Amino acid sequence: MSAILQTESLTKRFSKTLAVDQLSFSLERASITALLGGNGAGKTTTLSMLLGLLEPTSGSIRLFGQDFIRDRFSVLGRMNFSSPYVDLPQRLTVRENLMVYAKMYGVFKPRDRVAEVASSFRLEALLDRRMRKLSSGQKTRASLAKAMINNPQFLLLDEPTASLDPDTTAWIRDLLGQYRKERGTTILFASHDMREVELLCDEALLMRQGKLVVKGSPKSLVEKFERDTLEEVFLQVNRENAP
Amino acid sequence: MTVHSDSSLNRISALFIRYFYLLRSSWPRIIEIAYWPTMQMVVWGFVSKHFAPSSPELTAGGLLISVVLIWDTLFRSHISYTLAFLEEMWSRNLGNLFVAPLRPWELILSLSSISMIRTLIGMVPAALLAIPFFGVSVFDMGMPLAFFFFNLVLTGWAISQFVTAILIRYGLGAESLSWVLPFLIAPFSCIYYPLSTLPEWMRRIAEFLPTTYVFEGMRALLLDGVWRKDLLLQAFGLNLVYLTIGVVTFLFSFRIARKHGLLLQSGE
Repeated sequence: MSAILQTESLTKRFSKTLAVDQLSFSLERASITALLGGNGAGKTTTLSMLLGLLEPTSGSIRLFGQDFIRDRFSVLGRMNFSSPYVDLPQRLTVRENLMVYAKMYGVFKPRDRVAEVASSFRLEALLDRRMRKLSSGQKTRASLAKAMINNPQFLLLDEPTASLDPDTTAWIRDLLGQYRKERGTTILFASHDMREVELLCDEALLMRQGKLVVKGSPKSLVEKFERDTLEEVFLQVNRENAP
Repeated sequence: MTVHSDSSLNRISALFIRYFYLLRSSWPRIIEIAYWPTMQMVVWGFVSKHFAPSSPELTAGGLLISVVLIWDTLFRSHISYTLAFLEEMWSRNLGNLFVAPLRPWELILSLSSISMIRTLIGMVPAALLAIPFFGVSVFDMGMPLAFFFFNLVLTGWAISQFVTAILIRYGLGAESLSWVLPFLIAPFSCIYYPLSTLPEWMRRIAEFLPTTYVFEGMRALLLDGVWRKDLLLQAFGLNLVYLTIGVVTFLFSFRIARKHGLLLQSGE
């Protein structure tokens, strides 16, 4: 196993607010890691910095061995992202959106790739439907399909199963697990669903007030804190020294 | 294994296709693009007809209709560029775009390309309809028309750089600027009157606008039959200066947006 991502003392300050404070962690290739924390813990800020959407105040990010802060463009094509808070254009059809992003990432034979991801995410019947006509669960699936369009080696997901029913959630979870196994993709996702984290993740990073406070496998964290579930661990960590 | 090609052309054409899909998704939108320039042409055509006997200097050689159409080119090129950018903000898509390896200058080129297409869709039918309606053909200007047109397209894009820089920095609250900013330069641009009409202080400002030289050049061509290349060169030089400042301003604003995390908060 080798680390594809290493952050060192990553910090983001917005005027007087310290959103992320000296965050250091690494992700091994083909691992699935959850970024956990309450509202305002710094998860979205961290993801934004790892995506190149936000410039860190200080610290370093090394991704695929490259200095990501200095030259993000050399690695952005090997990553992708999905979030319920970032939409695909609503007036375009699912197919059009996927075609645009396939071309944007320079995917070879984009039509074939669109057909592949549509099949993976059970979107075939929805391909010619406009995004705005989709249910929120269908939009989440389309957004995940877009995130897979370039076969990313590093996938960042913000609440990947938000607005999905339990059956679809389980299926997406299996799909992500299978995808990691087949392609060796590293996945980092922010989630509030502790059950999902327990079932899917090799490691969880718990953040509070911008700091990384606890990390480890879900199982080891449950044992370490002598709790029954990861949710109980989360609640304990989140409430410790709460302001 | 998916094979990738890391090429600017791919990304620029991908965005161009995205705007093309958007355009073809709605016929009323396409008609609307040509609707306003055509209405302008019709209204000003009748104004021109009315004043023709009493003010020949205003209407000779189809001057009034021609300047109206050419001025509209600036507005269309600007608004087409800015609306395409606003589409990304309205649809909260900027986050998706900038996690892809899309460089800001590639976005600028894509927006410029679709702006050019939309401007042509808007202006060509209006210019063609002016021939049977009022017997005025801007195409009679020949090659100079292409230079006038291109210069005003460049001015429109330069204004768009400043507007999109403000939009990316201050969000959709600044949306109304897209519509009003081009009109700020209208009184100084000497569209319907020569530069000598303006008071001294306004003339000094007008001399710094590329539009002034385009319209002075059009008057020289249509009224005196002289193609003033010197005026076009001045217009072109000023356009290059403003476009460069505009692009630098946009890139600076983009950097500020990355610093403050504004790219993920750009929706409605």
